[in-house]
Amino acid sequence: MDLILPDYGLLFWTGLVFCLLLFLLAKFAWKPILKAVNEREQKIHDSLELAVKTKAEMQLLQAENEKILKEARAQRDAMMKDAKETAVQMVEDAKNKAKLEANKIVESAKASIAMEKTAAILDLKKQLAGFSLDIAEKIVRGDLSTDAKQKALAEKLADDINMN
Amino acid sequence: MIVSKLFTQVIFVCFLMLTPSIISAQKNPAIISKQVTAVDSIEDEFDVNEMIMHHVKDAHEWHLWGSEHEGVSLHLPVILYDNGFKVFSASHFYHGLNVLDKDAKTGEKLSYLVGKGPAAGYALFHEKIYRLSEGKMHFKDGHPHNPMPLDLSITKNVTSLFFGAFLLLIIMFSMAKFYKKNGSVAPKGIAKFLEPLVLLVQDDIAKANIGEAKYKKYVPYLLTAFFFILLNNLLGMVPILPGGANLTGNISVTLFLALFTLLITVFSGNKNYWRHIFATPGVPIPILIIMVPIEIIGIFTKPIALMIRLFANVTAGHIIILALISLIFINKSIAWSALSVPMALFISILELLVAFLQAYLFTMLSALFIGAAVEEAHH
Repeated sequence: MDLILPDYGLLFWTGLVFCLLLFLLAKFAWKPILKAVNEREQKIHDSLELAVKTKAEMQLLQAENEKILKEARAQRDAMMKDAKETAVQMVEDAKNKAKLEANKIVESAKASIAMEKTAAILDLKKQLAGFSLDIAEKIVRGDLSTDAKQKALAEKLADDINMN
Repeated sequence: MIVSKLFTQVIFVCFLMLTPSIISAQKNPAIISKQVTAVDSIEDEFDVNEMIMHHVKDAHEWHLWGSEHEGVSLHLPVILYDNGFKVFSASHFYHGLNVLDKDAKTGEKLSYLVGKGPAAGYALFHEKIYRLSEGKMHFKDGHPHNPMPLDLSITKNVTSLFFGAFLLLIIMFSMAKFYKKNGSVAPKGIAKFLEPLVLLVQDDIAKANIGEAKYKKYVPYLLTAFFFILLNNLLGMVPILPGGANLTGNISVTLFLALFTLLITVFSGNKNYWRHIFATPGVPIPILIIMVPIEIIGIFTKPIALMIRLFANVTAGHIIILALISLIFINKSIAWSALSVPMALFISILELLVAFLQAYLFTMLSALFIGAAVEEAHH
């Protein structure tokens, strides 16, 4: 029966020891322990949050980088294209100019040839006229008395012409 | 680590020196009274009930080894308040006069120890101290009728209580020291082992049952109660000197702990809590007449259940182990140890689980009751 009856002495000592324990542990153990543990928990929590934030920032940064790179690439492509176009244009221009020049030269050459030709024809005509005159003179001046002589003269003149 | 070991040893030595009594061999239990020849020798018979109750209950000596009368035991200091304090060693009882008496009506054999020296005028019967009247004990139906002085003795349980408290302080202070030294870092050593338990009490017991807003105030009590019960449960399972006392299986200890929870519950109860007891919203008045007494009883049954649960679980564990070991002595054959030792081992392992479980349950239910007391009204 006295197993289930409280004993005042033990009750008193339990009370005393437990209250002392509660006071000492609360002040010198639980307070620093819980403070450190909760601080650490907060620190971990903050660190995790920071990591997530940094990751998002990094992603943003990366996206931006990508964008800039893309833009740069596009710009480069555009520039390359421009340069190519300019080069082609320049070549084309040069070609055109050269053609024009050549044409001009050809033209002037043609003109000059035509002129020379006219001059030559004129000269020939002149010479021909001279020859004709010479022949005519010779005919006129030759012994035209006899037929034979006339004939011989004519043949001789003709040979002269052929010789020329 | 070395410092704390040394510290423990110093404390243990001081602790031994503080107890005014000495370890003594009881080769000669003073004088056996005149009735001894008339009564059959009680020592021959093995009384299981007597043995188990002796181990489970409190005592003024700490029995170390040997038989009851020829063994070695530590006699603990007796402190009586009976018109002023009286302090003496319990050896004045154990080395005193052993009186064998017989109940007049039932014929039951009764044996008590009459103190000598500073213990003169008192007698020890079933480890309880009575004041002698007319120089003897008076029994009626096997129960003593002598007056009892207020006994504040450092009994076996009180010694164990002191030892447990010291151990708890050393353990927790060394844990606190780790955090003070290293700041809020990952735990190492003893802190690594105990931190999950501290967090269990803080997060899963206090925060979960009391609520985020108000739990902080109650965490120190819950932590202290948890580790106090856990450590003393475990110490109770150690069969040699610093352990072995059935402290958390003593109704006085569980009574105090339950009382503490009751007081916290009552003093932190808010308006909402009391309204639910005295005027539960939405309940008609005729029913309230029945409800209010039930609710008032409910305030007390909760801590009483706490008290009985811890007491009964721990004491039952001790009784089962002792009963299993007793099988060997009842049958007077060592062969029975083949059965009783494995079974006692199994129960011991179960008791390890119970030691933790009961500490957890007591704290958890305390937190639950406190949580109900501080809960705000739901709308």
